[in-house]
Amino acid sequence: MRAALRRPVGLAGVVLLVLVLAAAVFGPVVWGDRATAVDTADLLAGPSAEHWIGTDNLGRDLFARVLVAARLSILLALAATAISMVLGFLLGAAPMLAGRRLGRLITAAVNVLVAFPGLLLVLFFAVVFGVGARGAALAVGLAGAPAFARLCHTLIAGISERDYVAAARIAGVGRVRMLLRHVLPNIAEPVIVYATMAAGGVLLTFAGLSFLGLGVQAPDYDWGRLMQDGLNGIYIHPLAALGPGIAVVLAGLAFNLTGEAFASAPRRAHVLPKAGQPAPATAPAAGSVLSADDLRVTIPGPNGPIHAVRGVTFAVGDGEAVGVVGESGSGKSVTALAVAGLLEPPVRVEAAHLVVAGEDLLAPGAHRRLGTALAVVFQDPMTSFNPAHRVGPQLAEVSRFHQGMGRKAAFARAVDRLNAVRIGDPARRARQYPFEFSGGMRQRAMIGMGLMGDPRLIVADEPTTALDVTVQRQVLELLADVRRETGAALLLISHDVSVVTDVCDRVLVMYAGRVVEELPAKDLRTLARHPYTRALVAAVPDMETDLDRPLAVIPGLPVDPVETPAGCAFAPRCPLADDHCRTVAPPLLDGVACHKAGEAP
Amino acid sequence: MSTLTFHEVSVRYGAHTVLHEVSLEVGAGRTVGLVGESGCGKSTLARAAVGLAPVTSGAILLDGRPVPSRGRRPVQMVFQDPYSSLDPRMTVGDSIAEAMPGRPGRMERQTEIARLLGLVHLDAARAGDLPGQLSGGQRQRVALARALAARPRVILADEITSALDVSVQGAVLNLIRDMRRDLGLSMLFISHNLAVVRYVADHVAVLHAGRIVEHGPTARVLGDPRHDYTRHLLASAHPLKEHT
Repeated sequence: MRAALRRPVGLAGVVLLVLVLAAAVFGPVVWGDRATAVDTADLLAGPSAEHWIGTDNLGRDLFARVLVAARLSILLALAATAISMVLGFLLGAAPMLAGRRLGRLITAAVNVLVAFPGLLLVLFFAVVFGVGARGAALAVGLAGAPAFARLCHTLIAGISERDYVAAARIAGVGRVRMLLRHVLPNIAEPVIVYATMAAGGVLLTFAGLSFLGLGVQAPDYDWGRLMQDGLNGIYIHPLAALGPGIAVVLAGLAFNLTGEAFASAPRRAHVLPKAGQPAPATAPAAGSVLSADDLRVTIPGPNGPIHAVRGVTFAVGDGEAVGVVGESGSGKSVTALAVAGLLEPPVRVEAAHLVVAGEDLLAPGAHRRLGTALAVVFQDPMTSFNPAHRVGPQLAEVSRFHQGMGRKAAFARAVDRLNAVRIGDPARRARQYPFEFSGGMRQRAMIGMGLMGDPRLIVADEPTTALDVTVQRQVLELLADVRRETGAALLLISHDVSVVTDVCDRVLVMYAGRVVEELPAKDLRTLARHPYTRALVAAVPDMETDLDRPLAVIPGLPVDPVETPAGCAFAPRCPLADDHCRTVAPPLLDGVACHKAGEAP
Repeated sequence: MSTLTFHEVSVRYGAHTVLHEVSLEVGAGRTVGLVGESGCGKSTLARAAVGLAPVTSGAILLDGRPVPSRGRRPVQMVFQDPYSSLDPRMTVGDSIAEAMPGRPGRMERQTEIARLLGLVHLDAARAGDLPGQLSGGQRQRVALARALAARPRVILADEITSALDVSVQGAVLNLIRDMRRDLGLSMLFISHNLAVVRYVADHVAVLHAGRIVEHGPTARVLGDPRHDYTRHLLASAHPLKEHT
């Protein structure tokens, strides 16, 4: 609501709507007498100081009549919209209310009706229901119903896929109650926005009907009727017809602008406070393919800046495999995105240095210069390929763009790379679309895309999370093989401790945007010193877990990344924490950031 | 405590057969784990038992009688995604109360909501919260409380921990074990994670391409697998140490 009002369009729409509604409510009360006062001395007069847009054939003030007509015009428009809405909702909900077979029939009928020109429907119904205000309201209402029905049908179909509807059905909630309690509240917002915009259109249709003489009949009058009355003298007193016309335009605009503003109310852009002094630049660690010093990532959020990464220092040596583990919100994926150079303003990335394959990522244009030295594999193999293009050319594009290869040579390389990631019959597969690949195969093709060049670092963000266990293993083995063959370093992000220990040499454990522990992967299960690392390892059941004891759990919730604590972020959940932990943040010393490192809980 | 029996259940969508004559029994007070990879029909089997998937042939029986597919089901289901399984515009208390049998009075309802929230280790004060105010693990517990509110005789848990963080997963698994011990619930526990199934289930059934290829006591199936596919699954679940 507020977001919509903040924009000029929204503000103009709402102010206009308030004025129009005020005219509808108070018009007949304030100007009713003036609008009916007959003045035979002043028939069909032009605009004057007394009569702003002139008088009609009985000498009645037209301006007052336009204001008074607001009530009937608006009421009729709202009534017709309400008829469309209720009828449309019922028709749209038919598959849910009337069962599958009847519902399908109704939906088909609605689809046919939507294809008819709206005006044709209005005229047809207007003739059926007869001339007059009531007939016109019914006609316009009925004619608008199919469009509403289509909208409701689509929205309801989306909602009824949700698990909570399934859960309610299993819990024995009836159809009508389901519609009223679960469906209606969740589709109300878009329906109301659409209705507001539709009301503007309905207003116009009504004016048209009355103008044609099919709508409101004398002695009643709405804007359309007034326009028709004024038409006779349009060449002498144009304002007599234009006045009500302008009223229709203004009222229509009021509805449309308001609806438009609410429909497209943008999420408020949150702004970060000004950056402090950048830390003095430091030199990257020697012999490293990736080196980051005091990396900080801040994301603007509704409740203040989110400190996703709060000073992370680490390096990945040439050919080394480093894992980053942590739970959701720990900042591990944001770290990966920062390292891959994929964060853009308004997200702020700061560091004393952030160097990948010799390129300073904090300098502009670094990502392009990085070229194929960096390969990235994302979590979701469904969305990492463009579904509209064949797989081979998508891979080939990398070589054509970065290495300036010709179309044929690039495609041949793509086939070769698909073969390298062990996709059977690569020449045929390269001509297929992504949807013809299974999830695991797509993830392998994604790794293949990274291998089009000569990567020195592969950043893999949860590459196996969306895959089945059996496929997961194949992808991990492939990553290990690729490393062995190409000598590329690997930064593997995962929530799964076992995945990281299987593939990596060294592991960073992240919590609340900081590295809390750094240790060799083989020591993770046995020699961890940070209480969080230990709890994380103990919380995951494996094939050797003791079945007679409950699993270890970490009590409490992770910290809110907006309000990061002064002391150790893990202190509120830590069995060892004391006042010192809660006030002084432990630095990462000798591979662990904990005042109580190594103490038994 | 009741026994849920799948008797030669087939589910077909057009020409595509998802389940081929699956027979499986969830004994009274037992937790049966159902494992298999995505697309093998695990979820379809559970959905068929509560009438969300059409059974083409065969029968699903609860203590020998067909499971009703209308009204409040005596078999309740908990879904995978805690972000989609609770109505975002309904408070936790309302969601739970909706599943309660009969028409409890206000006081009775409040007490029952508090009792159920307590069962899943949540504070009764949470009843007034909207799902948006809860974490994923807390939502999953509410979903479990809602399933329990219907006084089910059998619970179907469809990958209920796979969308959760590991620290939360442990808490939910402990809760499942507590509930089986304290309430004697019969449960079909569906998961692709063998370690998780091993921890909570006393029987395991392995589903592959719509057929049960092996089933038996958990220790036997996981310790001495007889079907090639089970061995394949087990090999994948063990760490690949040889590469490091």
